[in-house]
Amino acid sequence: MSRKLLELRGISKRFPGVVALDNVEFDLKAGEIHALVGENGAGKSTLLKITTGVHQLDEGSIFLGGEPVTFNNPLDAKKAGIAAIYQEHTCFPQLSISENVFMGHPLVSNRLQRIDWKGMHQRTKQLLQELEINLDPKTTMNMLNVAERQLVEIAKALSLDSKILLMDEPTSSLTIQEAERLFAVIRRLRDDGVAIVFISHRLDEVFELSDRITVLRDGKYIGTKDTKEITTQEVIRWMVGRSMDELYPKKDVPIGGELLEVKNLARHGEFREISFTVREGEILGIAGLVGAGRTEMARAIFGITPLDQGEIWLNGERTKIKSPRDALRHGIAYLPEDRQDHGLVLAMDISQNTTISILDRFKYRLLNKDQETEITEKYIELLSIRTSGCTQLARNLSGGNQQKVVLAKWMATEPRILILDEPTKGIDVQAKAAVHTLIGELAEQGLGIIIISSELPEVIGISDRILVMHEGRIAAEFKRDQATQEGILQAAIGRSGAEADAV
Amino acid sequence: MSRTARDKTKFTLTNLSVRRETSLLLFTLAVILGVTLHSPRFLSWGNFHSIFLDSAIVAIASIGQMMVVMTGGIDLSVGSGLALSGMLVGLIYKAGIALNPYLALLLGGLIGLGLGSINGVLVVNGKIPPIIATLGTMSIYRGLIFLASDGQWVSAHEMPSSFIHLARGTILGIPNLLFIAGLFYLIFYFFLSHSKTGREVYAVGGNLEAAKVAGINTDKINRIVYSVTGLLYGLCGVLWVSRFASAQPDTATGFEFSTVTAIVLGGVSVAGGTGQVTGVLLGALLISIIENALNVTQTNPFWKLAIQGIVILVAVSMDGIVRRRQGTKVVREEQL
Amino acid sequence: MRKLLRHWEFILLILLVGVFILMSNLSPYFLNLRNLLDSTVHFTEKGVIAVCMAFIIISGNMDLSVASNMAMSAAVMGIAFRSGIGIWPSALLCLLVGMAGGLFNGLIITRVKLPAMVATLATFSLYRGIAYVLLGNQAITGYPYEFATLGQGYFPGTNIPNQFVIFIALAVIFGFILHKTTFGRSVYAIGNNEDACRYSGLPVDRIKVILFTVNGLLAGLAAVLLTSRIYSTRPNIALNYELEIITAVVLGGVSIKGGRGSMIGVVLALFLIGASRFGMSLLNIPGQMMTVVIGLMLIIAILLPQLLDRLSGKQGKTA
Ligand SMILES: Nc1ncnc2c1ncn2[C@@H]1O[C@H](COP(=O)(O)OP(=O)(O)O)[C@@H](O)[C@H]1O
Ligand SMILES: [Mg+2]
Repeated sequence: MSRKLLELRGISKRFPGVVALDNVEFDLKAGEIHALVGENGAGKSTLLKITTGVHQLDEGSIFLGGEPVTFNNPLDAKKAGIAAIYQEHTCFPQLSISENVFMGHPLVSNRLQRIDWKGMHQRTKQLLQELEINLDPKTTMNMLNVAERQLVEIAKALSLDSKILLMDEPTSSLTIQEAERLFAVIRRLRDDGVAIVFISHRLDEVFELSDRITVLRDGKYIGTKDTKEITTQEVIRWMVGRSMDELYPKKDVPIGGELLEVKNLARHGEFREISFTVREGEILGIAGLVGAGRTEMARAIFGITPLDQGEIWLNGERTKIKSPRDALRHGIAYLPEDRQDHGLVLAMDISQNTTISILDRFKYRLLNKDQETEITEKYIELLSIRTSGCTQLARNLSGGNQQKVVLAKWMATEPRILILDEPTKGIDVQAKAAVHTLIGELAEQGLGIIIISSELPEVIGISDRILVMHEGRIAAEFKRDQATQEGILQAAIGRSGAEADAV
Repeated sequence: MSRTARDKTKFTLTNLSVRRETSLLLFTLAVILGVTLHSPRFLSWGNFHSIFLDSAIVAIASIGQMMVVMTGGIDLSVGSGLALSGMLVGLIYKAGIALNPYLALLLGGLIGLGLGSINGVLVVNGKIPPIIATLGTMSIYRGLIFLASDGQWVSAHEMPSSFIHLARGTILGIPNLLFIAGLFYLIFYFFLSHSKTGREVYAVGGNLEAAKVAGINTDKINRIVYSVTGLLYGLCGVLWVSRFASAQPDTATGFEFSTVTAIVLGGVSVAGGTGQVTGVLLGALLISIIENALNVTQTNPFWKLAIQGIVILVAVSMDGIVRRRQGTKVVREEQL
Repeated sequence: MRKLLRHWEFILLILLVGVFILMSNLSPYFLNLRNLLDSTVHFTEKGVIAVCMAFIIISGNMDLSVASNMAMSAAVMGIAFRSGIGIWPSALLCLLVGMAGGLFNGLIITRVKLPAMVATLATFSLYRGIAYVLLGNQAITGYPYEFATLGQGYFPGTNIPNQFVIFIALAVIFGFILHKTTFGRSVYAIGNNEDACRYSGLPVDRIKVILFTVNGLLAGLAAVLLTSRIYSTRPNIALNYELEIITAVVLGGVSIKGGRGSMIGVVLALFLIGASRFGMSLLNIPGQMMTVVIGLMLIIAILLPQLLDRLSGKQGKTA
């Protein structure tokens, strides 16, 4: 086998409350495509960011061509010939495509160090054409849609002509055709001797493209295998730590009357023609690609952003929800996707977080320590939150326990309808199982539950019914027994829809 | 998103920046017309000569303010810093030292550079919100003027005529001040549109995280921006003293608001990431026209402050609303 | 060091004692109860606003317009008084104008969604401008004698200035609201993470509007007190007050980023600034020097916690 270009040895990285990476191993050879897989929050992106100097490692070492290196910032890595596409888009909305592509390493001409705009536009045009994108390099980024931005990110990484190319979920918002074009480029680069790390959620892609696969779970290194020597089933087992049917023990709950009905919801540029119902005891799964409009829809139902159009009916009554406060008053709770920024006040303690949504239920609006402690302790026990006590800061809890505190906050409001947005993202396997069990119990108590998730096994395992969104619309609906990963994925990328992949 | 919907946004967006400058120009013309109808002597060459001279100083200082605001900050110490460098140079003349006017200009610039660097260090290394850091230095610099000058003026007879000539003279019939302003316009046009560092200023303002990831030394850019602003207002301080042939402890009080007004009029977004020198030049011109018009029409001159407040408010609100329509992220509050 | 930091109020107390010891050694007139009590009028007007400014900064916002708002309200009061509607109705009007100014701030911040710094920077200029437009260069004087009792009088039967009594009463009330009620809790939560509070159903916008309106009302009150003390109205009154108010709040341990701080700290910081100012005036140090000192204090007050953190070794990396 060819020599190792990049080696990561014993890498550990901690964030407040989370061990993102725990003694992880990874290596990369010239001319190979090495896939890095794992569930949401397994630590893939963190590993990539450590390699490019965005984050600094706590323990471990990096070798480049056999030499130990330290990258203090992305510039160091860039100079060493490492290019990366990050999961979060890193664009400059007001600047042109060319400038985005060349930011940090512009082409300059003559003695004055004048920026060579013409050359940059030309080169960008070329890069875009390689990806078969027909865009004017002078267009500003804020005019592009999510997929186009993603493609520009890719062009940006290609512009560096690096020997090592790291890609973090580059296909997460692309259509099949766009992804295929990207794969063609990636294969060509590999054949030219470029070493590529490919992070993806979609196992079919991984098997189609990669030469080797490395699996991470809960920040731990599980193993590396040649792609030819491992099956999809095995990779899944490595990723989730047990087989599928143990993972999602679905309770059979009698489904009652209608709780929520939404009709024809729309919000400009985000989603449209959304209609569905949720019944007592029902778990409604919502699947789709990143950027399909799922979170946006949930936010609008919860009153965070206004609807342009559409009706919300609760218990058979038409209801206007103008703010989260309205939503709470009507018994709707929403667990947001971003636990740290939207779910918790990290600098406050568990009991302050638990009671934040029920503050106006306190007598005379006076704080009452005893009452707060009582409520909080009830939920610490019910959700088995691992903590030193009510006064521990949310910041110092692990990801799974943080998520349980967010759940405690919502349960304290005694909702009838619970919308969960990626509830198990970035939490460990035990916590995941606990959250799944809890969701089942809440359904049993008669709550209507909407769960948005990008983990297909999770949606399929837990839901009674699944809606699939594509480009802001509901593309398909599956009953529990009809749902397959394949079918959902096809709908999510717009295959079954009438209007396919127009860009 | 459907094709047509996106095309429509494209249509309005491409026009936006062009529309901004044209509408500013049209508005300026409307003001000129209105004032002229009211008092015809407004439209005299002599009057416009003085408007241009007024706007030159505002324009130079506003270029600095624009860069600071573009990175998501603000510099409230512009007025005090300008007055401090002007006063220190004035005091040198008062002490009877016959400093070469160009050296005086250079010296003022260096003093400003120092003052601006202090702001830069406070904001970047001290992590103090720019508005608070510069609010602090605003009063420190102002206080230092009083302490240095003992509350006294430096007046015309204490300055050599060669120095007064610096701002008041002409080269080939063009007033020096205009000449200098034009020079700075060209330098900063080139810097911001055609140099690596200049473009990085836009990048830092447009998306700080992305700029870091792109390998840009964002701290360095931020420090540069405050220091250059200092340099510019230092130069302005000397030009100001030369033009008005006096240095007073309360020179240029509230001048920072003129610069902020000029840039928001000139289409710079307080959310950072956008701004053009041309727009700022027009903004500075419009401010001087309004100010002059208040004089010419004998309106209560105190309207100026209120008008500036309203202009800032309206411009900033419009900017926010347009941005939210576009769906780009609104204002990074923490930065300011 | 970290422990010390947590007891910022304690440090302030020590500083205060230090200033007292230093000043009473430098000037024989300093340590005189009567003088000290009288000297409080120099900070109580600012203190009246600072108690609410603390809420605003804890909630992660900022109000730069308070001093201008004082000038605007005072100008309206002066004009109303000159038009002959009597002093007390004019004073009431002053409170209302201040409140309206605050409400306007609150509305543009929540409706137009401007950052508070930017919005109040604009009204800083606007309100001062209105004061100038209303009064021009003139001053309004000739307020009736009984009006002076408010700003210059003493609490019946004591040597304590009325102003000081008002200030302490407000500090107690606002301290209670901040630390003991769900409203206060919400303010801290908003300052720590506004988004999370919105997602949790707190009425974030309503709370902000209330805070800015009350801040405006207190600016109106401060304007009444100031007018009654100096006995005249000019458009340039209360210049730079916002600086000193913000300095006091930040020096009192309120984090400029929001989310942290206590009322007792703010009160101690006001005492500290007041005592320094009084001492320096006894020593004939020029007022301009005081501006420099206040500006330095503001910057140092923000830098100090960071420096202490750095000295005390590792502290969580920047996010
Ligand atoms: N900047 C950060 N600050 C705090 N925690 C983080 C940060 N980045 C990632 N994490 C946490 O680290 C863990 C791994 O995240 P990540 O590397 O993004 O996973 P993946 O890319 O595999 O989905 C998660 O628990 C996540 O919440
Ligand atoms: Mg990731």
